[in-house]
Amino acid sequence: MINLTNLHKSYTKIKVLKGIDLFFDHEGIIAILGPNGSGKTTLIKSILGMVIPDRGDIQLNGDSVLHKWDYRNNISYMPQIASFPQNLKVEELIKMIKNLRRQETKEAELIQLFQLKPFLDKKLGILSGGTRQKVNIVLTFMFDSPFVILDEPTTGLDPVALISLKQILREEKKNGKTILITTHIMNLVEEIADQVVFLLDGNIYFNGTVNELKEQTQHDNLEHAIAEILKESYV
Amino acid sequence: MFKILKYSFFDLMRSRWSYVYFLFYLILGFILFFLNNDVTKAVITLLNIIIVLTPLIGTIFGVMYYYSSREFTELLLAQPLKRSTIFLGQYLGLSLSLALSLIVGLGIPFILYGIFQSSAILDFATLLLIGGYLTFIFVALAFNIALSFNDKIKGFGFSILLWLFLAVIYDGIFLLSMVFFHDYPLDKFALGATMFNPIDLSRILILLKLDISALLGYTGAVFQKFFGTSMGMILSLCILSFWVILPTFFLVKKAQIKDF
Repeated sequence: MINLTNLHKSYTKIKVLKGIDLFFDHEGIIAILGPNGSGKTTLIKSILGMVIPDRGDIQLNGDSVLHKWDYRNNISYMPQIASFPQNLKVEELIKMIKNLRRQETKEAELIQLFQLKPFLDKKLGILSGGTRQKVNIVLTFMFDSPFVILDEPTTGLDPVALISLKQILREEKKNGKTILITTHIMNLVEEIADQVVFLLDGNIYFNGTVNELKEQTQHDNLEHAIAEILKESYV
Repeated sequence: MFKILKYSFFDLMRSRWSYVYFLFYLILGFILFFLNNDVTKAVITLLNIIIVLTPLIGTIFGVMYYYSSREFTELLLAQPLKRSTIFLGQYLGLSLSLALSLIVGLGIPFILYGIFQSSAILDFATLLLIGGYLTFIFVALAFNIALSFNDKIKGFGFSILLWLFLAVIYDGIFLLSMVFFHDYPLDKFALGATMFNPIDLSRILILLKLDISALLGYTGAVFQKFFGTSMGMILSLCILSFWVILPTFFLVKKAQIKDF
């Protein structure tokens, strides 16, 4: 269960979050959508404790997580840009993160799935963007955390890897996990999301299912539905 | 913390720059002995290089390391780790690897030229200690600056300015104020001013150890007169330790309230 109450955050002069109230109490995939600069990443990072909110509270399973750190044992996070220490080898990085968390892992099957075996002894600095993103996926899903947070997970992935990622997401959902995901790829949202949260200027503009969003905007196509909201907001 | 320290350390030990830094000291050591075969003279020459160079390298590496490992830091921040653990680990990993390059790089030529048979062994050890202190101090200062500015260029600019100020400009201002106010008793002012600059303090510390009064200068002489050689050394070591502890404390404080 994740519970955000009255979350405020501003950077110098820009107000990024203006009193967000959100409550996720069930398993499933929640897509957090919004135009660039709408506060998606800030919201995610607040939950992770990387951004410290000005006001409001964040609770995970009933306990406030502000200024705490051990609750992150229950969260897997996949950052937007996969940039790792250049001089570390892939297997060393995996070992390192395993060593830091000391939980059971299932990296072997993920490495197999994304065909990363030939890259294990390569340094991260020489890998392509897509391959690094695959390493990023392995690092995220090798732990069995009840909460998973993904920030633009599809960046740089080839179609095969994308299909594998969707497969993993479905399986993890079946395993009863709560998965938060930000993306600009509407196909992905339509295909996998159970709930859509649409952020606009630091407020929640919409919170419901994909179908409800389509009904509200009277568009069959999700992409057009989103575009409709954005157009309205610009006017 | 030791895990982060270990990984930062090994990551750095394998980077090209650590080798360059290590090789620089190695070659410098051999050249010094090639030019004059005297260990004591080599120590004095080294003093002038170390008190300027270790702060500069510490500053540049500190800022560079912080900015280039930003994404990695974010990866660590999302793990179940305390912020202080992450930043202290990285800070110590970097400082230790730099200090090791210095100690091993200079140690090899000095050992080959018989430092263990020489009476200058303690002087040399003091010199390395000072080099280590300055590395830890300036890496901590650089981390503080880098944590304060998200803009790389600003971070670099301010840290180089800080080095320039402490290594060069500070002495200039100090000297000018001596000239301007030479009618007044300046002992206490000179003492205070020295303590606020770790580079000056290091210079005095090593000169007290070497016991070369000709090189001590005004502040050194005041220092010696005020505290005596051994008391002066202990005091300057204590203040140097404060110069490590305070920036490290602020670094942890800053890291705790920063948004990533």
